[in-house]
Amino acid sequence: MNAYTKYFVKKTAWYLVTLLIALLLNFLLPRLIEGNPVSAIASQVTQGMTDSDSIKKVYENFMREFGVDKPLYVQFGIYLRHLFTGDLGTSFGLYPRKVSDILASAVPWTVGLQLPAILVGWILGNVLGAVAAYRRGVFDKVLFPAALFVNSIPFFTLAIILLYLLGITLKWFPISGGYDFQMVPHFGLDFIGSVIRHHTLPFLSIVLVAIGGQAIGMREMSLYELNADYVLYSKLLGIRDSRVARYVFKNAMLPQITGLALSIGTMVGGSLICEIVFSYPGIGTWLFTAIRQLDYPLISGCTLLIAMTVLLANFTIEIIYGIVDPRIKAAQMEEN
Amino acid sequence: MSQSTRILLKSPKFLFGLIVTLLMIALVVFYPLINRGDPFEMKALAFQPPGAGLPLGSDNFGRDLFLELVYGIRTSVMVGLVAGVCATAIGLAIGLASGYIGGLADNILTAVTNMFIVIPSFIILILISVSINSRSSLIVALIIGLTSWPWTARAVRAQTTSLRNRDHVNIAKISGHGTARIIAFEILPYIASYVVMAFILQVASGILAEASISMLGLGPYNTISLGIIMNWALIFEAPVAGAWWAFIPAAFAIAVITFSLYMMNTGMDEIFNPKIRS
Repeated sequence: MNAYTKYFVKKTAWYLVTLLIALLLNFLLPRLIEGNPVSAIASQVTQGMTDSDSIKKVYENFMREFGVDKPLYVQFGIYLRHLFTGDLGTSFGLYPRKVSDILASAVPWTVGLQLPAILVGWILGNVLGAVAAYRRGVFDKVLFPAALFVNSIPFFTLAIILLYLLGITLKWFPISGGYDFQMVPHFGLDFIGSVIRHHTLPFLSIVLVAIGGQAIGMREMSLYELNADYVLYSKLLGIRDSRVARYVFKNAMLPQITGLALSIGTMVGGSLICEIVFSYPGIGTWLFTAIRQLDYPLISGCTLLIAMTVLLANFTIEIIYGIVDPRIKAAQMEEN
Repeated sequence: MSQSTRILLKSPKFLFGLIVTLLMIALVVFYPLINRGDPFEMKALAFQPPGAGLPLGSDNFGRDLFLELVYGIRTSVMVGLVAGVCATAIGLAIGLASGYIGGLADNILTAVTNMFIVIPSFIILILISVSINSRSSLIVALIIGLTSWPWTARAVRAQTTSLRNRDHVNIAKISGHGTARIIAFEILPYIASYVVMAFILQVASGILAEASISMLGLGPYNTISLGIIMNWALIFEAPVAGAWWAFIPAAFAIAVITFSLYMMNTGMDEIFNPKIRS
């Protein structure tokens, strides 16, 4: 067994344990609701329902979902078995739709919103941060506090301000939904245009904050690198500035690349509030609806999906870094 | 310590952050003494624009928004402080124990810390909030604190590990001092500035976490926080009604508080990390 295989096995085992803990939290916490969760939730859910058939259905549903008559560990086993078959239960709020179907319809919207925003924000933020560190002076004095302020504005604050300014006051862009609700989704220019117009405001509110955050991180990393001994040494050796700059930014980029991978991992859960502000049909808006309707299967479906994507992204990064990062390689060698 | 305080007060960034934060705190402490009104009292029609008697207009319930904002800032800052103290204390305890004791305890604590770094804390926050039916702002603050300690723990552990084998620690060990005393006198002073910085960041992220969870509709009950003001504004469609005063001031208040805390943090960073001192 060589060093890398050992590392790989260890990491895989650790992530499996973490996944199990995440599943356990997801299973256990909603079941801690004071009193008998089934009757508590079912009575809340059936409030206002008059049709005795559907009330009975809700109760039976709960009985089956929660399996409250069995001990907890048996319930957890059933829960895991359902998960493996991709069964996340049935939504209460949108009975009889499957939670997995709802999530599958929401994910493309969230990814379509987040992925371009993350990439654009990452590229622009890095360029700005590197320039700020390298030039210092006026550019840095103005840009850095501005980036810091934008970055300390919560996502949703910016979203609400943009919604008000560009959406309501100037009426440039629509303020809610993923496309014009009078349209039927199809592949036509008018529909795609509508999707893009609805996409603009949520996209902008994510991208601006992402640029700010990236710029700050990149500036700090570049400053650390610029003050490193090898920079001074290269200068003393008479190596051209442009060449030294290349080394500096190459090194400063490393943690930024990790950051990019991580933000792609947190993509699904990263824009919850922003989606809510614009009623964008992604995971965030569904979670918001689920919380308001106390739709527990859907809530736990959303949280599970978000947790799992983050775990998967982290795992992928660690596995890839185990191959490419010389420091981790050295640590693997030492252990043998 | 007094010396570092003096250097700190020379840092414009730190000073700016400190002054703005203190002004905010002064506002929320003294304004309720001047205006003894009840923020829940309905005084006007819905969404009245700012004018005489209502400096920031009224919300969807016809309540005085400026008074609400003051109470909202108060609740949000309190939640941030409690969450920050809680998270920093847990992180410090786990990081110190893990870094100083080492061995098996270190392995277990590190594994737990890493697990909670990987499992998104916001998700745990949602799950716990959904499970608790009657949430006070104190409960919300404690939940936020309980879910946001891992980063601090990891950083404290790293620093403690590097301090553990320094000469002055070894001398203290040979002199027969107890573990508690060594940690208090030989380790803590060296990481104090870092802990204060971590605490400031934890307060800022606590305020943001409260705002996010309240926006989702899982905030504290029977109280007004900045997140709850925003939540009402969204639910009752203040933006569509054109009532900018119902949400922009609250949004701006969150931004100003977190910005001033970040500035304090950056100012400290420049002083305690001589590498980036300009």
